[in-house]
Parts: sequence; C-alpha cells; structure tokens
Amino acid sequence: MIPAPFSYYRPKTVAEAATLLAQHGDDGRVLAGGQSLIPMMKLRLALPQHLIDLGGIAELKGIQKNGNALVIGATTTQHELQQSRVATDAAPILLEASLLIADPQVRYVGTLGGNVANGDPGNDMPAVMMCLDASYRLRSTGGSRTVKARDFYQGSYVTALAPGEIVAAIEMPVPPAGHGYAYEKLKRKIGDYATAAAGVVLTLSRGKVAACAIALSNLADTAVLAKDAAAAVIGTALEKPALDAAVRAARAIMSPASDTRGSTEYRTYAGGVMVERALRRAFARARG
Amino acid sequence: MGRNAVAKTQVRMTVNGKEVESLVEPRTLLIHHLREALSLTGSHIGCDTTHCGACTVDLDGKSVKSCTMFAVQADGAHITTIEGMANPDGSLHALQEGFRMMHGLQCGFCTPGMIMRAHRLLQENPRPTEDEIRFGIAGNLCRCTGYQNIVKAIQYAAAKLRGETFAEAAE
Repeated sequence: MIPAPFSYYRPKTVAEAATLLAQHGDDGRVLAGGQSLIPMMKLRLALPQHLIDLGGIAELKGIQKNGNALVIGATTTQHELQQSRVATDAAPILLEASLLIADPQVRYVGTLGGNVANGDPGNDMPAVMMCLDASYRLRSTGGSRTVKARDFYQGSYVTALAPGEIVAAIEMPVPPAGHGYAYEKLKRKIGDYATAAAGVVLTLSRGKVAACAIALSNLADTAVLAKDAAAAVIGTALEKPALDAAVRAARAIMSPASDTRGSTEYRTYAGGVMVERALRRAFARARG
Repeated sequence: MGRNAVAKTQVRMTVNGKEVESLVEPRTLLIHHLREALSLTGSHIGCDTTHCGACTVDLDGKSVKSCTMFAVQADGAHITTIEGMANPDGSLHALQEGFRMMHGLQCGFCTPGMIMRAHRLLQENPRPTEDEIRFGIAGNLCRCTGYQNIVKAIQYAAAKLRGETFAEAAE
C-alpha cells in the first residue's frame, strides 16, 4: 500500500515546524514516530499534502527532572522512555504502561508525544497522563500554552490541539515517594489495543488511601478520569465495599463500542475487573 | 505544484556498510526503497500493516518495521538488512546458523525479519531468558513453526556469541 503523494519537510526547530504548519493549514500534518500516521496514510485514511517531520528537531527530545517536575520531550520514543532511569524511577507507571504498547519495533520508533496527541481512544498513555495529572506544552506560531491531560481529550480523534499547534513536551509533577501505581490492560494478543484498560496512581496515609487517581483506556470515546471511582476509595483500606463501589462508579462512565474486541457489555465488565486489579496492585505496592 | 508532481528528495544512507545516495519520492516506504531501488530483496513485505515484522531491519541500533517508515526519514541512517548479516568470510552469522541448526524456519518468509530483530535483542541482552526472547520477538509473526524452534535458534545464537555451546536439540 502506497500513500498519496505529499511534500516532505524536515525542520530543525519547533519554530520552523510551527511556521510550516501555519502555512499549510489543514493540508499540513506533523509526523512524529509515524507508527499510527503512516499506516493511516497507507490506507489513505490520512491524506496530508504537506508532511512536516519532527524527527530532526533536537529540542523535542530528551527527559529532564527539574525539581518536582518531570519533563519529557514529545518525540521521545517509548524505547527511550523505558531506558530512562530518570523517568521510570520518578514515575514507574510510565514503564509499566509503555511495555504494554504495541511491540518492540513500534516502541523503538513510536513517540510519547504521538501517543498522547493522536486522540485515538485506544492509545494507552492518555489515561496514564490523566493518572499522573500531566500537562501538555503546546507550541504554535502564536506562542505556547499548557493544557492538562485531563482537559485535552474531547472525542475520538478530537482534542484541544488547535490548528497550527504542536505538542512539544509532556510535563508532570513527580508523584510522592512511596506512591502506588498500576496499569492493567486486557488485550486479545500482545501488540493489540486494549479490550479494556485502567491506570491507578495512589498514596496512603496510615494504611488508608489518601489520594487516588483512576483513568480508563479504550472504554469510551476518549480516555477518561474516573473521579467518582477514585472518591469511593479515599479514606479506605480498599475493603470490599469500597472496591465494589469504585468498580460500580467506574463502570457507570464506560461506554465502549461493541467491536471485534467484544460487546459493550463484555468490555464494560472487563473494564471493572481492570479497575479492581489496578487498585489492588497499586495499593499493595504503596503498602510495600 | 500538483499533487502528482512532488519533487524528489536526495537521501543518503549507509546500508550494510555501503554508502548509497538516491533520489526518492517522499512517499516511498523504506521497504520499497530497499527492495526496489537497492535490490535488497531479503527484507520481506508480509502484512504491510505494521503487524508481522517480516520487513524488520536494523536502523541506527533500533529494530524498525521498514514498511512503516519513509525512506526520507532514514536519511543519514546506518541500516543493516539480512544481506549484511553473514560474517566477512561468507560464513553464516551465529543467528543464521542457529536458525539452520535448530530448524527455526519452515517456509522461511518471516526469517529475515526474525533474524534482524533477534540481532538487536542479543545486542541489548546477550543472555536473554526464554521469556525475554518471546517478549522481544513479539513484533514478528511466524505462521509455520509455532515459535518453539525460533526461540531455540535465538538461544543457540546467544550461546554461540558468548562462546558457549547450546546443548538442546530442535523440536
């Protein structure tokens, strides 16, 4: 399968990329790792006339910890993320989730920025970023702004990214030492998108949950933060009634499509199981 | 400029140790460039949808699916394909020998991709467990062998590259 013809640009700076994107409007598209976009172009579901490759922009690479903030350049690959002790020590859920994405070859090339910016509800990192309360730094010719992951996703492939904007970096507060985390993903086979998946980041105080964030992947039109589910476990030691209440609250906001991965009912059921497992595992890790 | 008159782009890459310079259309996929422009037909097109891994090549120390990368993105890259794997004296690389000795192939279609992926896996982890091998080749599909002997072939090569002998027999 051969994509439709396009003009190719390989800018060296974000400013140059933003100018190109502004120039070409709807006919332009940025290319990061290409592991989602190139298959779409081959199927001619994506038909950019001007492709702006971010691969040559050094300022979009790299991982830094500045005090309590972890900042990850948008074109950092999944493989680079996995190899970064700075990132995986600070927020080990990044490693756990990243290893569940696609397969080794795709992870060598696929980027964190692409995964969060694409807007595919099947991507895993949006929910992880919601759990971590990460923000995305967006750049355009008009300057830059920051949008929280929790406010970024509006629908399937619809995000807060305005025309002309590029996700330049992902930044997040480093979760407190001793926090618990888990990303649970049910999939038909290795490399698949989730049938249902859930992420949890929590902290304990005197054996009880003090703070908790739960987010879901591929269980609605976008990744979603399960606020009521998290509220249900605050102040508890995850006793059965609290766990049941969390699962019930999470299922109440799930609306997965019936598709080749299962019926709406099955995927909603499985989603609850993922929430329960992720909560239990995160709790056990925090308890140490 | 009309849609069908896109300018070609100059790309230079080092493939199997040889520097090659070509003019490519931006939409040319790396696998097509390797097979059709450079006549390196060892890398195969299996699924053409980023699933099967038959097109896997080694690019700047990464295993990549060359059906999911444009040749222009590989400008300046160092690439190794299956044609570059044999030892300088023409003898088989330990992985090639392993696939032969352990019957790691039946039809052979997936083998170049398997070997290129296993090559990078062993560079990163010279002493992988069986589980690590299986996880490491999860992006490569084989429709014949059931993977048992592919795993053994990689274990054979890992042992040989460490100067050890792999004692198990093929299944």
